Amino acid sequence: MDFDLSIGAAASAAVEYTLDNFSPTLDAIADVIGFFASGIKDALSWFPPWAFIGAVALFAFWRVGWKFAVLCGAALLLIVGMGLWKETIETLALVIAATAIAITLGIPLGIFMARSSITAAGARPLLDLMQTMPAFVYLIPAAMFFGLGAVPGTIATVIFSMPPVVRLTALGLTQVSREYVEAGLAFGCTDRQLLFKVQFPLALPSIMAGVNQTIMLGLSMVVIASMIGAGGLGNTVLTGIQRLDVGLGFEGGLAVVILAIILDRLTQSLSRPAAFKLPRAVRQETGAKEDATDMKTALAEASA
Amino acid sequence: MEFAPQLYARGNGGLMTDKDGALGSGDAAALSADKIVLNNIFKVFGSNVPRAVEMIQAGHGKDSVQAETRCTIGVNNASFSIKEGEIFVVMGLSGSGKSTLLRLLNRLIEPTLGSILVGGQDVTSMSKRDLIELRRRDMSMVFQSFALLPNRTVLANTAFGLEVAGVAEKERNQKALHALEAVGLERYAASRPDELSGGMRQRVGLARALANEPTILLMDEAFSALDPLIRTEMQDELLRLQAEHSRTIVFVSHDLDEAMRIGDRIAIMQDGVVVQVGTPEEIVMSPANDYVRSFFRNVDVTQVFRAGDVARHSQITLIDRAGLSVNAALERMRAHDRDIAIVVARDKRYHGMVSADSLREAVRFGGADPYRQAFLPDMAPIESDAPLAQVMGRVAESRWPVPVVDSKGRYVGTISKSSLLMTLDRAA
Ligand SMILES: Nc1ncnc2c1ncn2[C@@H]1O[C@H](COP(=O)(O)OP(=O)(O)O)[C@@H](O)[C@H]1O
Ligand SMILES: [Mg+2]
Repeated sequence: MDFDLSIGAAASAAVEYTLDNFSPTLDAIADVIGFFASGIKDALSWFPPWAFIGAVALFAFWRVGWKFAVLCGAALLLIVGMGLWKETIETLALVIAATAIAITLGIPLGIFMARSSITAAGARPLLDLMQTMPAFVYLIPAAMFFGLGAVPGTIATVIFSMPPVVRLTALGLTQVSREYVEAGLAFGCTDRQLLFKVQFPLALPSIMAGVNQTIMLGLSMVVIASMIGAGGLGNTVLTGIQRLDVGLGFEGGLAVVILAIILDRLTQSLSRPAAFKLPRAVRQETGAKEDATDMKTALAEASA
Repeated sequence: MEFAPQLYARGNGGLMTDKDGALGSGDAAALSADKIVLNNIFKVFGSNVPRAVEMIQAGHGKDSVQAETRCTIGVNNASFSIKEGEIFVVMGLSGSGKSTLLRLLNRLIEPTLGSILVGGQDVTSMSKRDLIELRRRDMSMVFQSFALLPNRTVLANTAFGLEVAGVAEKERNQKALHALEAVGLERYAASRPDELSGGMRQRVGLARALANEPTILLMDEAFSALDPLIRTEMQDELLRLQAEHSRTIVFVSHDLDEAMRIGDRIAIMQDGVVVQVGTPEEIVMSPANDYVRSFFRNVDVTQVFRAGDVARHSQITLIDRAGLSVNAALERMRAHDRDIAIVVARDKRYHGMVSADSLREAVRFGGADPYRQAFLPDMAPIESDAPLAQVMGRVAESRWPVPVVDSKGRYVGTISKSSLLMTLDRAA
């Protein structure tokens, strides 16, 4: 039996229709995203590798601890040693651009979902779709609408990586327990105040988990997006595969893993208090206020 | 010494007289205006509220409404008023609708039917803006689970209401610190709530509620999560704060002891219905139904009753004035068949107690002031506020009925052994 609904044909017709009628809009989107993505790339490439590595290590020391700082430094030096610094920075820039867009769109969308059950009901299947579609599928319309290069790569990455931050923002907000909401209302919060003074701060750990996941998904997608010319480490891996050059493929893969670990640990650390605190004397000199939390952390560290 | 005035005077009568000498202690409550008035308030939970309302108006009860519409009646036709400056306790078993009733007052829960007046304003028809204003200015709330925001310091928690109301940072921190001082926690201003014990957390909850100087305090089982010792301490704290600055407090509790201890008046709820409203004494003496009675089965009446509740004004009183004839007094005592008489000043202030024998004795010895010489020894009066438990021993040991005076030293009555026994017997 031959049964053909020709959905594929319909989809390509839709893409063509969009291309014919909305190309100015698409061009404008492409320009904005292109400007943003290349701006970030240029800014990051401006730093000499040693300065960049030093800054990352210092940040890691402040947020996570000295062991991780040493690891970061060594791993990034390894990337330089493998001759993949430029590609790594390209990939990092794409990840930052894409996830920045995903988060700026995703958090408000999550807030809307938390506040209106209609939005939530509409957005949920869409998010499911976005998450379950194979990553490669996004490359096709992205490439058709925006051609090849960093822009379609960024756009495909935004779409692929956005669901976690939307979901976890909505989840975090709806899970703020009833008592806090009641307290907020009882003391005369407006809807806005309730959101920003009560719900959002309490949902922050969940939202940060969403941001972390979005960044990690973004990284994986950016690597795949090299297939449509997004560049970066994905290219290295792809070249390795195409030439059956195991060594090159391994080096590219290793650099991706290093980037993944550093991004993961650093973004996770943002939702915790910093690991390193200035010694008390220094803090008092700088007029910083000490509180019992700091003392406790210091004590715990001293006894550990 | 044991009859020192009660530190924590009950009721606003005693409290107001501290500041406002013009008011008689007993009359103050009666004089004060209604702060909150509920008129036929209903709250129906569920999806088919209109049908449930129809059924209620047709006179169906909670069970049949529930059976047909699957709606729960949280509050069923509540009408009563709460006076300015009193501690009004709402008591009832779990699920009887206390929390719902409380949340209707600041419209955290929207009433289904009826109206609520707060300070003369109809809360039920208020715009959202006005309602927010009312919550910021006039009412605050204390929660059973404290509901302190864990991401804020104690100070920032205390300042929350002021922050939300748009008070500048410096001023609100100052006011918050002041409120923390009032509950003795100013040293913990920089701590986080999770670093404090339960009792301390609820003090912060109380400070947060007091910081914006509300006229009404809504407290939902505020002390129920605390262990008994801390709980009593917090009750005393509340009474102390109330003595310093009188507010209208609506206090939800499922605990009778607590209700008796702090309540000026108590409303008892059963399945959403307010079955009785009255002073603790009134409710103990004449419970409206078996449900109410069941609460008091294990009550220690000697804690509930105050000396003033038991005192009878059944003795002869003699006004202490120049030229009062002793013989006339003896004659009156004989005519009324009394062994003793109470000597009071013109303004009813208690002076002493005399017996027929002691009077005759004094006359026989002669002297300028036979009354004063005839005063029976050890007849210092009891304050009418003293719990019966404190008084019983004295009444039992005394040969004569024990005189009771109000907070201004005016004679109220006497407690005899027989009147004491009768009270204990009736309440048991
Ligand atoms: N949001 C709600 N939805 C449905 N039913 C509710 C809701 N809140 C309370 N109820 C019901 O209303 C009744 C009274 O509850 P509540 O006021 O919490 O009682 P209490 O505080 O005296 O324990 C209970 O039967 C409860 O199940
Ligand atoms: Mg309750």
